[in-house]
Amino acid sequence: MKYLLRKLGMLLFTLFVALTLNFFLPRLMPGDPAQALLGKMEGVPPEQLDSIRAAFGLDTKDSLGVQYWHYLVNTAKGNFGVSFSRFPMPVADVMRIAVPWSLGLMGLCTIISFIVGTLIGIAAAWKRETKLASFTVGFFSFIRSFPYFWLGLVFVYLFAFKLRALPLGGAYDTDAVRGSWAWWGSVLQHGILPALTICMSSIGGWMLTMRNNMINVLAEDYITVAVAKGLSLRRIKSLYAAKNAILPSVTGFAMSLGFVVGGGLVTEMVFSYPGVGYMLLQAVNAKDYPLMQTIFLFIAAAVLVANFIADIAIMFLDPRVRDGAK
Amino acid sequence: MIRDFFKTLVSNRKSLVGLCILGFLVFVALLAPVIAPYDPKADRTVTIKPLTEADRTEDELSSDTPADDEDLSTYRVTTTQDFEKHTKYFPLRAKPSAKHILGTNHAGNDLFSQLVWGSRTSLLVGLGTGLFVTFISLTLALLAGYLGGAADDIISFITNIMLVIPGLPLMIVIAAYVTMKGVFPIVLILGLTDWPYPTRVLRSQVLTLKNRDFVRVSKALGEKTSFVVFREILPNMISIVMAEFFQACMSAMLGEATLEFIGLGNLSVVSWGTILYWAQTNGALLSGAWWWFLPPGLCIALMGTAFILINFAIDEISNPKLRRR
Repeated sequence: MKYLLRKLGMLLFTLFVALTLNFFLPRLMPGDPAQALLGKMEGVPPEQLDSIRAAFGLDTKDSLGVQYWHYLVNTAKGNFGVSFSRFPMPVADVMRIAVPWSLGLMGLCTIISFIVGTLIGIAAAWKRETKLASFTVGFFSFIRSFPYFWLGLVFVYLFAFKLRALPLGGAYDTDAVRGSWAWWGSVLQHGILPALTICMSSIGGWMLTMRNNMINVLAEDYITVAVAKGLSLRRIKSLYAAKNAILPSVTGFAMSLGFVVGGGLVTEMVFSYPGVGYMLLQAVNAKDYPLMQTIFLFIAAAVLVANFIADIAIMFLDPRVRDGAK
Repeated sequence: MIRDFFKTLVSNRKSLVGLCILGFLVFVALLAPVIAPYDPKADRTVTIKPLTEADRTEDELSSDTPADDEDLSTYRVTTTQDFEKHTKYFPLRAKPSAKHILGTNHAGNDLFSQLVWGSRTSLLVGLGTGLFVTFISLTLALLAGYLGGAADDIISFITNIMLVIPGLPLMIVIAAYVTMKGVFPIVLILGLTDWPYPTRVLRSQVLTLKNRDFVRVSKALGEKTSFVVFREILPNMISIVMAEFFQACMSAMLGEATLEFIGLGNLSVVSWGTILYWAQTNGALLSGAWWWFLPPGLCIALMGTAFILINFAIDEISNPKLRRR
């Protein structure tokens, strides 16, 4: 229970830090915050600048502390302001459209690549002397050094442009009736290439972590004892070695998630997939700061909550943590 | 000790390949003006050719100059050579040819020359940020790990928080506020978002070393703190510090390319990332111009592979279990 409470406290505090970063970043930049927010937006009349200041709680009349308080209260109420680029749409509504797409795409890809990568890692460590194992390790390490977005570009070129087998971008067929079978089919079809990009780039990381853990575990004495006892190799592989080797992978899940989400964002940008990442790109290009800040907040929150879930999973998986938690 | 470290690196096959790739890229970057056939931003060649042979030599001119100044200038113009300026624009969006090995882009710049010059930016940002990140994280790790107590609590707490805040979105948000001028802001942004992970790894290494017997003996003998830290602990961490350095170089290089691809970098800089940005915004994919977007990505991957190979080797050297039996 104490463990759980400590992790929960950490989650809340980290969320608070993300919120605070989001508030102070534009204000840390040299010059007037409203000016910084407007950036390169030229020819803004002074009265409009004032109204923007008011809208953002950037009124220089208020002290920084008061502004910060207003910001926290507004965020807690789910009031993220109004989007510049989709004026007068509230940022919250923009997010409501974008989030499900990203959640579906990235959530699915993360689970798939974690499972596939870990399984390949186990196999590669178990049969590490074979040519196939070293080839697989080499292949995925090489893929991992490609930038996500470039792998996406290559896939678009090969499968969508050359072979014309899959759509170039977007998330669904605009002609199909929303919610119909044909529409769901098109969603699936549009998801294949982005999903392939994310999975191909992130499988390598999971595989390497698992393989290295597994090799370390396989060198332990109790494995030798198990072999000497004449236990079946399958039993040793799955119950004795893999079960123990997977723990660091679950812990690493936390940190790698931030990386995978980042890669997923850029992949969305390449495929014009209408999720959070593509929205972020549009917000950045349009200097839509309220939208940009909210997106950052959402991504941070999602990653932090996923980490928290991983921490809980560890509690169930690792007896050391479980007993310490009692 | 660093020399010893490099000796072991060279003796390992993987890291030797990695070092060779890296060396090749450094070579290309240094000799960019020689290797690249054109200036990376040039869109035309200008040649000045004399139209006629010179009528008289300079000596003859000076020997019978008119006394009057005004006469002199007209005299000179008529008697010296005539020149012709040939301006030849490069074709736009050209396919690879003998003149342009990798074709040209939308502005008529030679893509091969851009690729060669771009290696400078990637290496500079990668190695620069790598050094910067390693410096920050090593300092924090030594402070936290060696001093312990409140310093460790504070540093570890901040590290753990920054560790889980996703780096790329943070990087994008910061870069959107900073108006880029040159390469330095990119190094700063990448450095400020990349330090937490190496700090955590290095700190735990300092902690284990701190409790080894030889360090305890050194402390018990009353050696100065600076001696214990820099002469006893640091030399024993070289391999892990180098591993973190190469890791940081790689993520910095990928981060730079990503930021530039999104259009958040300085677009007037010639780099692999900006080539990809222009390729994407000018529809290189949909016109099938593979020579535009394939080579920069392959170069990034090549550099990334070099860093990964070196890191594999360091892993194998410091963790014998991973070595082939």
